[in-house]
Amino acid sequence: MRRYLYPYRYRLALLWTMVLLNICAGLAVPPLVGAAIDGPITDGDLGALWVFAGVIAGVGALDAVLNLIRRYFQTATAMAIEADIREAVYEHLQRLHTGFHDRWQTGQLLARVTVDLGMVRRFFAGGMVFAISSTGMTIIIMVQLFWIEWRLALIVAVAAVPLFLIGRGFFRNYLPAARKEQDQSGEVSSAAEESANGIRAIKALGRGPLMADRFEKEAEKLRVLGIRKNLIAAKSWSAFGAIASTMLGSTLVIGAIMVANGQLTPGLLTAFIMLQLNLLWPIEAAGWVMAHGNEAMSAADRVYEVLDTEPTIRDRPGAKAVDRSSIRGKLAFEGVRFSFDDDDREVLRGVDLEVRPGETLAIAGRTGSGKTTLVSLPSRLNDPTGGRITLDGTDIRDLKLESLRSVVTTAFEEATLFSMSVRENLALGRPNADEHDVEQAVRVAQAEFVYDLPYGLDTRIGEQGLSLSGGQRQRLALARAVVVRPAVLVLDDPLSALDVHTEELVEKALEQVLVDTTALVVVHRPSTVALADRVALLHEGRIAAIGTHSELMEGSPEYVDVLSAEAEGVAA
Amino acid sequence: MTAPAHDDKHVSWRGRSEQADAERTSAELDDAEAIKELRSRSRRLLGSMMRPHKRSIAALVLILLGQNVATMTAPILVMYGIDHGIPAITDRDDYSVMIAVAVAFAAAAALEYVCMRLYIVQSAKVGNAMLYALRNRVFWKFQRLSVAFHERFTSGRVTARQSSDMESIRELTENGVDDLVLAAMNVVTIAVVMLVIEPLLAVVSLLTFPLMLLLGKWFSRVSAIAYRKARETVALLIVYFVESMGGVRAVQAYRREDRDREIFGRLNYDNRFAQAKGHQQNAIMAGGMRGIGHLATVVVLLFGGWQIMLGNTEIGVLAAFLLYMKRFFDPLNELVQFYNVLQSATAALEKLSGVMDEKIEVAEPENPKRIESPRGELRFENVRFHYREDQVVLPGLDLHVPGGQTVALVGATGAGKTTIAKLVSRFYDPRGGTVRLDGVDLRDLSESDLREGVVMITQENFLFNGTIAENIELGRPGATRDQIVEAARVVGADEFIEELPDGYDTHVRKRGGRLSAGQRQLVVFARAFLADPRVLILDEATSSLDIPSERLVQRALRTILADRTAIIIAHRLSTVEIADRVLVLESGRIIEDGPPESLIDSGGQYAELHRQWEDSLV
Ligand SMILES: Nc1ncnc2c1ncn2[C@@H]1O[C@H](COP(=O)(O)OP(=O)(O)OP(=O)(O)O)[C@@H](O)[C@H]1O
Ligand SMILES: Nc1ncnc2c1ncn2[C@@H]1O[C@H](COP(=O)(O)OP(=O)(O)OP(=O)(O)O)[C@@H](O)[C@H]1O
Ligand SMILES: [Mg+2]
Ligand SMILES: [Mg+2]
Repeated sequence: MRRYLYPYRYRLALLWTMVLLNICAGLAVPPLVGAAIDGPITDGDLGALWVFAGVIAGVGALDAVLNLIRRYFQTATAMAIEADIREAVYEHLQRLHTGFHDRWQTGQLLARVTVDLGMVRRFFAGGMVFAISSTGMTIIIMVQLFWIEWRLALIVAVAAVPLFLIGRGFFRNYLPAARKEQDQSGEVSSAAEESANGIRAIKALGRGPLMADRFEKEAEKLRVLGIRKNLIAAKSWSAFGAIASTMLGSTLVIGAIMVANGQLTPGLLTAFIMLQLNLLWPIEAAGWVMAHGNEAMSAADRVYEVLDTEPTIRDRPGAKAVDRSSIRGKLAFEGVRFSFDDDDREVLRGVDLEVRPGETLAIAGRTGSGKTTLVSLPSRLNDPTGGRITLDGTDIRDLKLESLRSVVTTAFEEATLFSMSVRENLALGRPNADEHDVEQAVRVAQAEFVYDLPYGLDTRIGEQGLSLSGGQRQRLALARAVVVRPAVLVLDDPLSALDVHTEELVEKALEQVLVDTTALVVVHRPSTVALADRVALLHEGRIAAIGTHSELMEGSPEYVDVLSAEAEGVAA
Repeated sequence: MTAPAHDDKHVSWRGRSEQADAERTSAELDDAEAIKELRSRSRRLLGSMMRPHKRSIAALVLILLGQNVATMTAPILVMYGIDHGIPAITDRDDYSVMIAVAVAFAAAAALEYVCMRLYIVQSAKVGNAMLYALRNRVFWKFQRLSVAFHERFTSGRVTARQSSDMESIRELTENGVDDLVLAAMNVVTIAVVMLVIEPLLAVVSLLTFPLMLLLGKWFSRVSAIAYRKARETVALLIVYFVESMGGVRAVQAYRREDRDREIFGRLNYDNRFAQAKGHQQNAIMAGGMRGIGHLATVVVLLFGGWQIMLGNTEIGVLAAFLLYMKRFFDPLNELVQFYNVLQSATAALEKLSGVMDEKIEVAEPENPKRIESPRGELRFENVRFHYREDQVVLPGLDLHVPGGQTVALVGATGAGKTTIAKLVSRFYDPRGGTVRLDGVDLRDLSESDLREGVVMITQENFLFNGTIAENIELGRPGATRDQIVEAARVVGADEFIEELPDGYDTHVRKRGGRLSAGQRQLVVFARAFLADPRVLILDEATSSLDIPSERLVQRALRTILADRTAIIIAHRLSTVEIADRVLVLESGRIIEDGPPESLIDSGGQYAELHRQWEDSLV
């Protein structure tokens, strides 16, 4: 937290000074009024009264202006700090590996950067200021009370004991309740987000009512949690009120008895009680402030839960940068093993593979055999759990992540487009790509349709590219990878959504790009194999066979099973 | 058509869209007329939210009244005790007054305790029930809105409505409604008291009232604009957040982090100032209120002092009066802060009312027709369709698919195959002509009848957060585990599912990230198989499968589709082989139509495609 407050230390100091000045100005008005009554009004001096009125007006104006300015800047500062933290969380999330993102629902992450941060901000801008100033006020009043009559003041002080006990219990119960509510509210957002993203799947099956039922269950949980939280609050807050009243009543009765016994004058008792009345509001409001504090605490916890997750994939100390011009593109897997975080079965069990510079290697294998996992390793979207991967002989973990990803580029099996302009989507990996580069990539991917869109390259495509046809999405994603002109190009099943004719055109154009690019191409169809110089068969976590297509067709029964059964399918 | 300037980085990334503004709901326009409409809309929504809780709300007001009485009596009792109780004891040794005061005091404290507790519990119940109902209503509304609406509205906005807008309203229900009522009661009571003890002074001090009204009016006008803007900026922020986190894999792989951060930072910055604006206007109002309070004090002091000098009133009265004024203005200052929360919630409510009032483009008919004899027969009659005016996708489609026929749709990418499928699933209504299922226009079918009849597997293979079994079960809610396993077995998904650590209860994670692409496709396939509709549409349902799996699926299809109408869209002609009839589509027109064998012999487009495909097999 301190890290985020530090840049604002001067502003915050200024703010607190203003708070103090403001309190002083506010407190100065009543005595002045009193003086005016005792002075000019009692004396019947109209001229002097005008002077007093002038002074009071001046001080009052000062009070109002200070208040205005303070709150004006307090808001600005609180918002600025909130925005800073939000940006920090965003930046942090960007660096967390995909495994983290698979596990966290977007709604939960979203709740953290919006609702939770808002709670923290509101507490800092409102509740905390109130808590501090009312604590200060309480202390001043208590001192005065002890000054007037210490025995009575003790009664008041004794009230602090139940207040403290109840407050402690409150913390113990309210904090987890608030946390549960916040977590559930994230679940509700997630459900809303998912139902919007999956609207086509839902409509295609007519499962709207079912989804609404499920959502209702989540919303119901949230409702119950919200009520439960307030039940806890109700218990403590009302007790606070009762304690404050009891305290007042006891001082009154005991004070009266003391007056009767001549231990106290009625005037002093009146003064005492008048002062004590000022304590009621802070005590009653304490519950509310504590609740806000609790909520802010658990919200901050939730934010830190994300911030404290260390990115597992990051630069090693002393990592070197590489760039496209110095890379030849020799990619080697050496005894690479891989298993997902919480799964003890290994997907890859010792992959040895060497891809020569400029070579195109196809990777074939059954559904779920680990092809996508394998090709996610060279760009370090995942790190191997055993063995290593080298690029031109250097372990890729000794290369700067940023630079590694600029020389290794992936086109995923799902297009993953964004609702931005076509140009922005195309230039995702190379923001400074010029018109010519873009044009060339578009041609390679046979994606000329983009020029027919209403605003050409400036047309915004819908969310996830869903305003395009399936094949159009895939070609755009392919063009996006080609634009980068990386040393190592990874294509994960890049032509699956294309018709035979278009596929052939893309392949022809791609061949020219692949001449001087090292490429890993995941294939499912014999037709795509044509792109490759060699094919490797991934089977049971290892490379079971490697060679040219015709070699494997003859020498590897597994390969035949995976790739050429189609002919048999036709015959059947 | 000019390209937007490239140096204007902050705007151009979004690109252009004809529906630039249409991505808001139509209720979100901001001319004067629309705003008036908006206000009454959101008031209607608020009314409909509160109506079911009329009684509870009335009870709440009563409880608050009780609490108010209790809190107000405490100081009065104290004063009474001091003024009468103590003299009675000292003068007459008479404790009865003091005891009475003590008892009354205890009663007041008890009443306060009970009322407060009741109030918090009851208001939490009402508030949460209202939010719960609103959430569900909004959700259901979004579910019924058309695909076209969702396309321009984006999922981020849906999320924004359900998260940050709801949060604004929650904040209102949680904080301050009681303070509002208490403060309002307080203000009224004290105004009355002041009028009673010294009408002339009271009138003079109330002279500042118009000033306060003016200030309040000003604030409510400008802050409505500010908060409305803030709702919009936060929605944009959320949209970007949701999208860039959803595609974080691509962001990382393409090193887009910096650019994303720049854009997000910009949205964050805009949002920060938009949010601050309303609060700052509130600060101005709060300061103004304080100033007015002081002004009133000065005026009363001057006028009162003058009156005293004239001998019209007494010092004691003036002093009391000034004290009351303080108690008049202090709660007002509280109210000002509350106003803030209120305005923010109002803006949120406006947004939500916009959603609730959005017209449903593809609506369910009011008097749905029933299908007399379900056969699964499809008929397209001169169907025209376009997404954008200038780009017709289907210029006029006539097609008859008799019940039980399996039709394969082939054609170049972008030819309009998926569009046809979407029309049959009624994602969109045709712009011209009709689509009929068993003789009934789809527009006349009830939602449930339509979905029972037609099920589509979309090109996206969407999996929901949950287990594999739950995802398959979506095909037929309430299916037994045996049925689920059977469906998985038929499409050949059982093998990999059983190998997973928790089998069918394995959690697939967000969007099915736990599974491989082919595995996801198999799960979706099993889902459709379980649904068992009369008309099944498969849009590239096997594109990510390996050949052995595909073969298995095809074998399954042969049996499943025997007595079913099916539209199969596929680029791999192996899948097409199982069809009774092939349609070749080019730019939305059917150019060839017939059984596969005869088309191969006829030497047309399909024959050419088939030749190419056979060449590609090795
Ligand atoms: N995030 C994950 N956590 C745990 N297991 C995973 C995860 N992603 C994939 N798997 C499992 O790892 C195996 C390999 O998946 P991968 O996506 O690499 O397969 P693939 O060869 O690309 O298959 P396909 O041809 O279907 O795309 C699968 O069995 C899958 O269930
Ligand atoms: N939601 C949409 N908004 C605007 N245009 C769209 C939308 N969906 C599709 N289109 C356009 O309509 C045309 C036909 O798209 P459709 O998805 O029907 O093609 P398809 O034949 O299924 O192609 P593919 O084989 O690539 O999936 C394409 O040019 C596409 O860009
Ligand atoms: Mg894969
Ligand atoms: Mg399609």
